[in-house]
Amino acid sequence: PATTATEVSVGKSTGDRLSCNTTSFQKKSRSKLVSIPGTRPSVQNGQLIVSTGVTSLDYVIGGGLAVGTLLLIEEDRYDSYSRMLLKYFLAEGVVCGHELYVASAQDHPSDIIQELPSPILDDIASPKPVESQTKPCDPEGPDTMSIAWRYQNLPKVQTALASSSRFGHYYDVSKTMDPEICQAARCHGFYLPEHSATVSPMPEAYVALLKNLQEVIHREGFDGSLPQTKSRNVLRIGLHSLGSALWGDDLCCRDNPSHGHALTTLLYGLRALLRSSLSVALVTVPSHLIQNKALMGRITRLCDTAVALESFRGSERETNPLYKDYHGLLNVCQVPHLNCLVCDLPDNKDLAFKLKRKQFTIERLHLPPDLSETVSRVSHGGLAGAAMLGSSGCGSAGNKHLDF
Amino acid sequence: MFAELNSILNSSPESFKQGEFILVSDRQTDASFLIHHFLSFYLRAGCKVCFLGLVQSFSHYSAVSQRLGVSLNQAREKGQLVFLEGLKESLGVLLQGDTSNGTPALDFLRDPSSGLRGLYDFVHGNIRGSEGRAEDWGPPVLMVDDLSVVLSLGVSVGAVLDFSHYCRATFCSELQGTMVILVRCEAEEEEEESDEGSERLQRGLTHQCSLTLQVQGLPTGYCRDIHGEVEVCWRGRCDGLQIQRKLFQYKVCDKGTLFFARGTSSAVL
Repeated sequence: PATTATEVSVGKSTGDRLSCNTTSFQKKSRSKLVSIPGTRPSVQNGQLIVSTGVTSLDYVIGGGLAVGTLLLIEEDRYDSYSRMLLKYFLAEGVVCGHELYVASAQDHPSDIIQELPSPILDDIASPKPVESQTKPCDPEGPDTMSIAWRYQNLPKVQTALASSSRFGHYYDVSKTMDPEICQAARCHGFYLPEHSATVSPMPEAYVALLKNLQEVIHREGFDGSLPQTKSRNVLRIGLHSLGSALWGDDLCCRDNPSHGHALTTLLYGLRALLRSSLSVALVTVPSHLIQNKALMGRITRLCDTAVALESFRGSERETNPLYKDYHGLLNVCQVPHLNCLVCDLPDNKDLAFKLKRKQFTIERLHLPPDLSETVSRVSHGGLAGAAMLGSSGCGSAGNKHLDF
Repeated sequence: MFAELNSILNSSPESFKQGEFILVSDRQTDASFLIHHFLSFYLRAGCKVCFLGLVQSFSHYSAVSQRLGVSLNQAREKGQLVFLEGLKESLGVLLQGDTSNGTPALDFLRDPSSGLRGLYDFVHGNIRGSEGRAEDWGPPVLMVDDLSVVLSLGVSVGAVLDFSHYCRATFCSELQGTMVILVRCEAEEEEEESDEGSERLQRGLTHQCSLTLQVQGLPTGYCRDIHGEVEVCWRGRCDGLQIQRKLFQYKVCDKGTLFFARGTSSAVL
């Protein structure tokens, strides 16, 4: 049975239902709970995971995002790629039929939803309502195949929006998602300018956010408060640019912020909410504005998975031939070990990303072969120095260029 | 519990030193595997354990302890384990802010300047409370995972040091029990920001404790087969022994942790 980071019980045999296998084997015990679409148990420790929307990011954080955990994205300087990751995350939620919760102090949540990238699907007949899932066949029904019984469990027509056999989808960023698909998704928004302030120890904006989030979780039953008649679903929470000045926080403006622990208290409360409900959150923080490294360390500790983006745009590295294939560097700062002592992770720490139209790829950073005719040591010094950066705290394993 | 660590620390569930204050600290890595070790160790030893789980849910510790061969659910039912689930209790305090419900243990969330008095009262009450049945179990053990998170919630370093001092007086001196505390530091030790909260906390607690285990990543960078280094330091104060230090490298596995002398990892040899 799949274990979760939260204590809400999830039905068994999630792995069975989601993969369309060609065997005729069916488990005798059919539990009453329906498996949640868009999730699957992790191959490492059986935890329930969801896709972040970017398959290569799923891979580098250990297979996917565990339900009940928090992913921190340290924004790049212009918040372009981190926003992109937020949109992928939400788009994945729409395609899988999850509910969404979007909070932002800058753009209205409905604007963010309208800008989601369009999914690339194998074949779409027409956007059906996402609630209808393909039910497993009843062995005693009239449609039971008697000769070609091995093909019994293959889906008949691929019209469901979520192709349940695949984990994670691909998106075309040049197009926005079809409005009909967007509207089929249930979305809760929190736009800061619309909420009034309340009194509390934290800056009011964070309290209002936490309260609102708890209300939504409780009302929609993600914490197990509703009876079992409703099928279980996952709530995807996207919080944009926490800690920025628009949230009323001066973390990014001063060395000694007046409410130094406001954001960390929010993250603690958020973790409490996540661990007690079927939800998963993605938070972006403009870490490049926070001067206090120790504070950034504490913020990272309070999140489960942490990824930092550093884009080359506008920096001198944009024209560096070393990085010409990529848009930026990606650093996996932290990965959680939940319900286990250790988890298996991909080895290499020097990762770079590039955003192509149909894919956000994350690759190992390697130096291209030097094909110049005159090998001069002076020019290589600059390149080697640049290759050392970006893998903070993990040593200099990036320089794979052999100098002869 | 980890057999190799037991031999390093010269202790076993049958015979271990009493009145110890063990400080587990880490820097830019994760030392919580040691907390799982100590939890299963003291439960196996038959001690009454009071665990303040401030950062993870009960099911997390339960799942890991299962792999180490100890059932936390059973221990809790028998009364051997008292578990404070900080996350679960905190929501009520953070959002409603009313004093009627919720444990007073997490009062510091409501008013960080009031310190950790409520938490100490909770701990004190749970150890003293079952006086009649205290004979069933061995000396009491207090475990905290992790204490530095309260700094992120606004509590001052002084208040945390007061808390640990009071706990030490109760657990180690009075009841001859044990305390195991985990603190986490973020910054590099050499940086000028050594005035930062968790650094001061770690130094203050190191002064109070009798045994420290400091966990760090390898100075040369990430390695798949060696996850880091542990420096074990005995501060022999009672019998006048010199301070003894030992350095080991470790690798965390699925069901335990391997400890070995530097350079003797199985991947290297």
